Amino acid sequence: MENFTPVEALIGGALIGLGALILFVFYGRIAGISGIAGSALFVREGRSWRLAFVAGIVAGPILVDAILTDFSYATPQLSWQVIAAGLLVGVGTGWGSGCTSGHGICGISRLSPRSVTATVLFMLSGMLVATLLH
Amino acid sequence: MPVIIAFIAGLLMSAGIAYSQMIDPNKVLGFLTLNTNWDPSLLLVMAAALVVYSSGYWLFISKGKPVFAENFSLPGKKALDKPLLIGALLFGAGWGLVGYCPGPALAAVSSGSHGTLAFIAAMVAGWFVSRKLAI
Repeated sequence: MENFTPVEALIGGALIGLGALILFVFYGRIAGISGIAGSALFVREGRSWRLAFVAGIVAGPILVDAILTDFSYATPQLSWQVIAAGLLVGVGTGWGSGCTSGHGICGISRLSPRSVTATVLFMLSGMLVATLLH
Repeated sequence: MPVIIAFIAGLLMSAGIAYSQMIDPNKVLGFLTLNTNWDPSLLLVMAAALVVYSSGYWLFISKGKPVFAENFSLPGKKALDKPLLIGALLFGAGWGLVGYCPGPALAAVSSGSHGTLAFIAAMVAGWFVSRKLAI
């Protein structure tokens, strides 16, 4: 467990929870990133607030980079594997109505049986594929 | 007003994704890959997010309505149907393949990485397919 970063994980997680909570308290919306970004593209109604949310997602790391002196992160190389993964994540979150934020954080907090089930399934499936491949 | 709140909500969530290093697919794969070097950080990210969100959610839901909207927009579906189960399994497979879920991938757009941009383009195509093709 030499890569374990508990302090950053707890602070970062609290920020994620706070951001999601703000959307709920002020606007009554579930902060599911896949659902909001997908609907921003494919649904005309409510497009402006959804695009603003996605703009905030894009701006977050730029803000962190401006505050921290040693902020950097890796990105994947362009490959067929990356494209296949993107397709699976898109189709899967589309059919499954959510991802790590909508199901994993908002849905579990609401004690939604659908979200608890989805989170268990995508965690197990993700661990299986990652452990076999990496 | 919704536009400003939505931007701030996205900004805070993404700052959390970046600060916790969940923006880095290798960090996520360190959690999803079960080996002797297993990294439980993602579990703590989720735990902290759940504590903050659920305490606020349950305190506030009894208020009856959001501050700037007429009512809460909560998913009404209850059934554990085929799209949910198959969708979650497919999403997990893609997540485990590269280490990206939608939030971190979109957060990493400003890196300009071709791998990240290709992932997002494929994910958008997948969203389109899921809307056109019902299972």
